[in-house]
Amino acid sequence: MSDLKKSGLISVKRRQFLGDVARIACGCAVTATFLTVYQVQVKAMPPDAIRPPGALPEEDFLAACIRCGLCVRDCPYDTLKLADLGDGGPATGTPYFIARDVPCEMCEDIPCIEACPTGALDHSLKQIDKADMGVAVLIDQEHCLNYLGLRCDVCYRVCPVIDEAIKLVMTPNTRTGSHAVFAPTVYADACTGCGKCEKACVLPEPAIKVLPTRLARVKGAEHYRLGWEEKAKAGNALVPGLIDLPDRMPEDASSVPDFKPLFNPGKGKP
Amino acid sequence: MKKQRSESREHIKRSLWQQNRFLILRRLTQVFFLGLFLAGPWAGIWLVKGTLSGSLTLDILPLTDPFLLLQTMLTGHWPELTGLLGGVIVVLAYMVLGGRLYCSWVCPMNIVTDAAGWLHRKLDLKKGWQPKRQTRLYMLVTVMLLAMGTGSLAYELVNPVTMLHRGLVFGMGFVWGVVVIVFLFDTFVSRHGWCGHLCPMGAFYGLLNHKSLLRVSASNREACDDCMDCFEVCPENHVISPALRGKGEQTPLILSRDCTDCGRCIDVCDLNVFEFTHRFNTKINHHNENEPGRVDPVTSFAKGAQQ
Repeated sequence: MSDLKKSGLISVKRRQFLGDVARIACGCAVTATFLTVYQVQVKAMPPDAIRPPGALPEEDFLAACIRCGLCVRDCPYDTLKLADLGDGGPATGTPYFIARDVPCEMCEDIPCIEACPTGALDHSLKQIDKADMGVAVLIDQEHCLNYLGLRCDVCYRVCPVIDEAIKLVMTPNTRTGSHAVFAPTVYADACTGCGKCEKACVLPEPAIKVLPTRLARVKGAEHYRLGWEEKAKAGNALVPGLIDLPDRMPEDASSVPDFKPLFNPGKGKP
Repeated sequence: MKKQRSESREHIKRSLWQQNRFLILRRLTQVFFLGLFLAGPWAGIWLVKGTLSGSLTLDILPLTDPFLLLQTMLTGHWPELTGLLGGVIVVLAYMVLGGRLYCSWVCPMNIVTDAAGWLHRKLDLKKGWQPKRQTRLYMLVTVMLLAMGTGSLAYELVNPVTMLHRGLVFGMGFVWGVVVIVFLFDTFVSRHGWCGHLCPMGAFYGLLNHKSLLRVSASNREACDDCMDCFEVCPENHVISPALRGKGEQTPLILSRDCTDCGRCIDVCDLNVFEFTHRFNTKINHHNENEPGRVDPVTSFAKGAQQ
């Protein structure tokens, strides 16, 4: 070391410079570490926070959104707001809405996307019906009035994509034995996640909620072939010459008074 | 601190306006820019929408903060044309006028750190922790590398500058806490610590300051009597010496990219040493012997010996 010093290879100035750089680099490394951990944590959005229509997937969104608030300003229904620091919401300054407070009214001209200067809200989304902000899920069948056999139907009626995103599926009311249940059923492909159903639910807490798509949907099993679809594709039975044997019925069925079979195997066959 | 002032200074009377014109103009400008953003939410007059991060003026002029835009691009996201255009306009404007005009004439945090600086002087506190001036450049590099490495605008999660402006326009939440931290830091921990040493956003705008037109010139430097008022008040006081202490025909212009063009040195100088000018004006006012000015130690010693 001292030899190097004598030979002038390491001057005092250089030592000082290297020391300064090392100190600064250390400070920067601490900052970087903290921010790296922090930015991972904020990627976990609270499940009731919904991004505006056309929002890129969360990771890409956090890269593209500059937190300017222009989408918030151009939202005519004051649906959107910017996340405050420290309120446990999405990343500070990013736009979101809580459907139960103010749902998305699905404006046809989508002014929020129009306003976005960076494309964090995807400008290629032109039809609001194609938006995918989340998926409504009937989260509590035990409290849903329709499931209890009543005709509330409110979520179904308010749905902007009525009869496509939410259909009323009629099933027997097993409680009374003689009535129907009109079960509100969400068809995720048509649901935009606007949250009008969640807002409108008459219960103190909504039985139907918009959830992020990652939570609400699963990927279908691609390896699993559905026989009836394959049959329709092929145009004929997949295994030729399969014999359909008659279903066995109770031998003395005709002797039971008022017996009506639940289904008639003879009917409904192609 | 002992100050050396020429005795013949006592007859100089400058009005409060003269002593504070650029400070007042700066505050008015800062309030004006903030007012443009607040007129919409407060009074329904939508001249400007958005925040300093990105805005739309009169529904036609897009402006985007290039510091944020660059981070976005480094994450691999290519912004829409409006955003890019807004960024280019801002970069060009600041490159021509003066990059760090943003810091002292627009940035809302400047009011906070100026207040801290004022209190720091009033309390006559020690400089405190003074990290190297170039620390902010390393911070800038760190911020950009973070954007690249994490694929998100990580620094925006803590950026006190954008946070404060957004807070004022959209609602403060806990942002007050951040403001208080910056204020306390600048007052008690580090003189001019945030804006002068750490803020990577200021460092970025400083990079746009290389060739900008508006400059402060110590054109009247021969009148200087070393009272140190300008050094005391300047948030980037290392920029003064080369211009003020220049010998002969060395440029009197403050050419350092760290100068924020705040004009406070012009305000505080009783001897009108400084002025705003453009970067091609290298004129030096040559000194008249009868006016107050720098006390040359050699001549003053000689004079004393004669008497």
